[in-house]
Parts: sequence; C-alpha cells; structure tokens
Amino acid sequence: MKNICFCFQMHSPYRLKRYRFFEIGNDHYYYDDMATEEHINWLVETSYMPLCQTIRDMINLSKGKFHCALSVSGTMIEMFEQFNPEMIDVLKELAGTKCVEFLATPFSYSLAAEYNESEQKEQLKKQSALLENVLGVKPQAVWNTELLYTDEIAYNLNKLGYKLILTEGAKHVLSWNTPNKVYQSAGAPKMKVLLRNTNLSDELSFHFSDPGWGNFPIDAEKYANQLNALPEGEDIINIWVGADTFGVRQNAGTGIFDFLKALPYYALEREMGFMTPSEAAKKLAAEDVVSAPYPLTWSGEAKDLSVYVGNDLQQEAVQKLYAVAERVHLCQDKNLKTNWLRLQDVNYLHYMNHIDQGETQFESAYDAFINYMNILSDFLQTVEEQYPTTIENEELNELLKTIRNQEEEIQKLQAQLKKKK
Amino acid sequence: MKALMFGWEFPPHILGGLGTASYGLTRGMSQQEDMHITFVIPKPWGDEDQSFLRIIGANSVPVVWKDVNYDYVKQRMEGKMSPEEYYHLRDGIQYDYRRIGTDDLGCVGFSGRYPDNLIEEIGNYEAVASVLAHSLDFDIIHSHDWLTYPAGVFAKHISGKPLVIHVHATDFDRSRGNVNPTVFAIEKRGMDEADHIMCVSNLTRRTVIEKYGIDPRKVSTVHNAVEPLAHPEEFTKPERKDKLVTFLGRITMQKGPEYFVEAAARVLSKTDGVRFVMAGSGDKMAEMIDLVAKRGIADKFHFPGFMRGKQVQEMLAMSDVYIMPSVSEPFGISPLEAMQVGCPSIISHQSGCAEILQHAIKTDYWDIDAMADAIYAIVKYPAMYKSLHELGQAEVNNIRWYDAGLKVRKIYDGVINHTL
Repeated sequence: MKNICFCFQMHSPYRLKRYRFFEIGNDHYYYDDMATEEHINWLVETSYMPLCQTIRDMINLSKGKFHCALSVSGTMIEMFEQFNPEMIDVLKELAGTKCVEFLATPFSYSLAAEYNESEQKEQLKKQSALLENVLGVKPQAVWNTELLYTDEIAYNLNKLGYKLILTEGAKHVLSWNTPNKVYQSAGAPKMKVLLRNTNLSDELSFHFSDPGWGNFPIDAEKYANQLNALPEGEDIINIWVGADTFGVRQNAGTGIFDFLKALPYYALEREMGFMTPSEAAKKLAAEDVVSAPYPLTWSGEAKDLSVYVGNDLQQEAVQKLYAVAERVHLCQDKNLKTNWLRLQDVNYLHYMNHIDQGETQFESAYDAFINYMNILSDFLQTVEEQYPTTIENEELNELLKTIRNQEEEIQKLQAQLKKKK
Repeated sequence: MKALMFGWEFPPHILGGLGTASYGLTRGMSQQEDMHITFVIPKPWGDEDQSFLRIIGANSVPVVWKDVNYDYVKQRMEGKMSPEEYYHLRDGIQYDYRRIGTDDLGCVGFSGRYPDNLIEEIGNYEAVASVLAHSLDFDIIHSHDWLTYPAGVFAKHISGKPLVIHVHATDFDRSRGNVNPTVFAIEKRGMDEADHIMCVSNLTRRTVIEKYGIDPRKVSTVHNAVEPLAHPEEFTKPERKDKLVTFLGRITMQKGPEYFVEAAARVLSKTDGVRFVMAGSGDKMAEMIDLVAKRGIADKFHFPGFMRGKQVQEMLAMSDVYIMPSVSEPFGISPLEAMQVGCPSIISHQSGCAEILQHAIKTDYWDIDAMADAIYAIVKYPAMYKSLHELGQAEVNNIRWYDAGLKVRKIYDGVINHTL
C-alpha cells in the first residue's frame, strides 16, 4: 500500500535593521521590529493561516485519515506568540487532532549541526521545550535546517536519542535508487532516514502554475494518479515543501489550496494512505542504507550547503560567528544569548549569495554582508567585553566554575554554621 | 557593410572618454569580417592605429576647389593622403564654401580640441561631411556625440543613407540640468533627424526620451565595454601599512567629489589605518582642499594632482578601493579600468556602468553613510576585498567591445532593412 507523507515547513527570520559601521559599540539592538511584524502578518494572512485551516478541514473531511507533519522553528513560534497568537491557537488545534506531527527543528533555523555540535543540541532542546510548553507536543523526528544531513549529523542526533531524520532525496546520493522507501543511516544503524521526493515536491513548489511545465495543469486527480502509478514496493512518498508554497510561491488564485483540499479524496479513492514521518518509521522497515559523507540539503542545484556558505563572504561570516560559540555557551547574559540565537539564522547567509539571494531585503550580496558583519562586529564586541579573548576558553571555564560553586559552598558553610549555633 | 563614422577624438591623442569609446567600439566592430569603417576626425596626428579602419582627417579634405598640380599635392599631402584620393574627394565639392577660410589645397584647419569657437568648427566639419557624402561609398552614417551630429545629418540629406547617432553624453549630464540652449538645439536636431539613437546606458536612454522628447522606439542602449589589458601582470599591489581609497577624475561638480570627502571624514572618525587620495584636477579642487581642512582630516587625505596614461593604472592597482560618486555619469569607464587591475569599486547608482556591474558596490551619490559603510567594509572585512577583487576582475574581463559591436551591427541591419 502506498502512503503519502506531507511535511510543511515554517520559518521566517527577524528582519535586520540598517546597521552602519559607526553604530558598532554604540547600538546593541539589531532588528527592525516593524518590518518583521509586517512581514509575519502578511505571511500568516496569505499563507500559513489558510494552510493550517485547509489542513484542519482535510482532517475533518477525511475523518482523521489525512495525516501530515509540520516543521516550525522556535523563532517562528516566538513570533507567532508575539504577533499572531491566533496561529498558536490553530496549531494547538492541529496538535489536538493527533493527525499532525510536529518535528524537531533547530530553534533559530541555523547551521549549527555543521559548525557546532553542542549548539545544535542546545537548539533542538530549546525548540522541543518550547513546542511542549506551547503546543503540548514532544517532537520525535528531526527536520534539520534546510534538511541538512551528513552521516555524522545522523550519528550525533542518534546519540541524543532521535531515531528518525528527514533529508533530501538527492540524485548524487541515491543514484538509481528510489527516495520512496525507508532508509537506514550509514552513520548510525539505529537511525532511520526518510528522503524527500524532489520531483513530486518541486512540482507543487515551482511548477504548479507554470504553463510551460509538461504536466500543466496539475489537478488533484492527476497528481493522485501520478503517485499511484509509482512502482510496486515504493511505499512512502515524501512530499515536503515550504509552507509558503501555499499562498506565496503559488498564490491562492492558482487554486493551490483547493488542490490540496481535494487531494485526500482522490488518494483515498485509490487506496493510498497518509502517514506522518514517525508513523512511517514505525510501520515500515528500513530497506536500504543511505550514506552522505558530505553535507546534503534541499537547496540549489547541487543540493548541498553551497547556497549558504559557498562564497568567500558567507565563509567569513559563518566562521567568525561560530568562532565564539564556546564563549557564548559559557555566558548567562540573556540579551547576548538571544542575539546569538537570532544571528545564526541561515537566511542571513542566504542573502550573501551572489546568484540567488532568497527573500532578501538587501540590494546585493555585498550589501547584506556589510550589514551583517557590522552587526556581528558589535555582537562579538559584547562577547569580548564579557569574556576577553586574552583568557583561554578552558581557563575561563575553570574560573566560572569556581564562581558558580562559590555560592553552593557559602550556602553549605552557612548551613554548617547554623547547625553549630 | 560600409559605415561612415564621424567622431571627434581618437587615441592616442584624447581628451576624454569619447576617444576611448570610439576606439574600443570600432575595434570591436572590425572583428566582424564584412565590416568596413571609415572614421572621420577633425585632426589626426598621424600616429593613430589604422590597422582595422581607415581614418580620414577632416583637415585634409578639400572643401573649396583649387587647381593644384599632381606633384604639388603629392608633396603637400605626404603621409596623409594620395593625390588620387585628393582629386577624388575634390570631385565631391558641390557647394560654394569660399566663405570658410581654407589653405592652398582648399582644406580647413581644425584644432581637434574643444576651443572657444567650437560652434564654428562644428560648422566647418559639416562642410567636410558634405564633400565626403558626395564622393564616398557607404551604407550607413554613424555620428559620435553632439559635435558631429550636424555633419551626420548633412551627410544623410545628401546621400539619402540612414543615420544613427551615438549618445556618449548629453548636456544634461555635463551641466547638472543647466543646459546650454545652443548645444541643446544641436543635440535635439541630431536626435530628431537620426533614424536610430544608441545610448551608452539606460540612464542616458531615459534622458534622451524624457528630456529631448524622442520616441522610445528609436532609442536603444548599447553599453560600453573595456579594452583588455595587454599585460595585466605588470600592475601589482605593494604591501603597505595603510589602506588606500582613491578618487580619480576631473574634480568637478559632475563627479561628486564633496561626497567622497564627507564619506572619508566618517570613516576616519571611527577607524585608523586608512588614507584617502583625490587624484586629478578641476574647478572644484580648491574647494575640496578647504573642505578637507575643515573636516580636520588633511593628514590622511591627499591631492597628488593630475595623472595620465600608465600612472592612472598604477595608482588604481595600488589602491584598496576605487570610488566614483558621480552625480550624473552617462557610462563611466573608469570603475571598469579599476576592476581590471583588481581594485574593488564603489560607484553611484547615477552612473550608467552600474547597470552592467554586479561585483561593484553601488550607492546613491548623496548617501554618504552607505558610501562610508562600503569603504569600511572593504578595508576591514577580508572576504569583501577578496570577492570584489577576484569576481570583479573576472566580470570586467567578460565585458567585451566585440559584443557591443554586434549590437551596433544589429541596429545597422535593422535600420537599413526597416525592421527596427
């Protein structure tokens, strides 16, 4: 029996404000809150809200047979809480149906998995805690930033207790193999891997309203037939797209919402089922091993990290950022921690790409780089003020331990003193 | 395809960007096998490169019929023109130009520069054009900039051949809106009479359409390109303690020098180890020296004066940043020259070349903060310099006159076949 696994991914970065070099050291606030709010409102209104409502309707209409998953970053949840609490309500509602799985995703949609393992751990923990707190769900499967995957990342995540990771069904990793089955990670035997079906997913994201596309026009029945026609034994078809596919990439006028809504009917009619990633991992056995020694993502032609860290600008930014990771981990300052999380957003690196700048508000890759580096310079200065680079990390760690233990020690001694009295 | 071109300058004796562009374009076009160009300039010096086109000096074209014998012509025209050619051109004299002062061969003297009696020289050039139009064989007429529009128009009327004009600049760019009515009238008439107009940037194209009221359908953009360096390796960047930020060009209102000074002051208020250079001369120089003193940055701001030839490239190769904050620049070839020797460039959005460059920093000419920010980033963040240095150089090496020539050719064909 064929099963369709839908995942929708939600994340949007904080808009950075125009930050000139002469602000460095004077101004420690980096964001344009108004622009952020405006953008999120627009995004929720045109895409996220109608999508969530459509999913709710699909579950109701199919009497609970439609299942799907959502990847929502911690940043995104925070923004919803601040700007669009009605989004929290609808997400709660979806969580309540038990038909929607929420995925573990790095809190600020960062590349920490590649650059700092302990940061990755922190971010997953933080996002999970937030989801549990706000939505009452505990994520089990990992949707890493932009589906970033290597064998090593799988190994590390497995150590943290995760048993399923999602990534791209890239040709250079699969070669002749199909993405439509469950795999086992070469990095961790106990880790199952699901692979995105690139063509079928892109058909929705990029080609749905393209008259030049061979399959145009795509309707629910045709699409269901297409899925159903896949060879026997290909049991899990992973259609994973950015949530903004619905309403933004393909605007409502293209009929994308109606398409989605109609799909369960035609799929169920053809005796196909719907599964969340964790359900798939539970019910289906891993049939093959997948190995990716080098970073694999769902981005660009190359399906690697080159979109984000492929040029000199991006390299300098990401290296400078993660060079202070250890120091930031030692520190307790709340403001600094918040900035640290936010500045790791992968979108800021995307803006520095010369060819494709994503949803940038900057004029060019250089413009984005200048602005980010000025902000980063100020941030690094605040880190430096807390923990001067003249002290080695380890030494610093010892000192901090002593300081923190002092309190316990004093309490202990005071207790003793009391007793003596 | 035979083109009769009217120009005003041709290397090596040039006064501005017009000569460089004329050379590059004709050289690029000459790579098309069936392209034959006759290029008329007021006064050749004899050392022009004629390997790919034929140059006719307007000062050796007879406009008044004189009865001179073969040997005398041969002796007088030594190295410029054969007596046969002289007689052939003399047969093209159809009008009475005795009112113009001519020499014993019936030729007019030209300064070939931009003298005070420029309007008179333009008129004389027109007379020369009439003789050429009557005696030469060509398919199309191509005039470069306003000085040669009247010649082109006259040649068109005589020969009935189509005229295209090439707008390298307009008086709106030169005067920041304060146009000279005589110049405007000449420009306007040339544009009205032309069968097609080529502009060096979309910016100039807009000026032609909006300020001169020309039908957009007959105005195209053909961006300039840059001649590749013969020996790029001979320009090296010496190690030095201080970073160098360079402005190079005429210090005039059009080039926006004051914005550069203000941006420099901003950078210096925050950081050390950067020096600023304003090379060139012009009517705003004294004012700029004053401003530098007023901002208290004279110890880091230098005025080395006018530079020419190889000095320019050496200066650019030495610099960490080249900046051109022009208020209005039809194209602006110098950032391309800077990028050729690997120097990162900051240019204003109000420069035509901004339209074709990706690996240069673009700001508005009045946006001093953005300019200062860009300077700071290039000198402080190594990846910034490296990217602009490498990618900029590669980008410029791909902007070729040959391609510009092909565009011009397409326009010729379109005009001749009435398909444009």
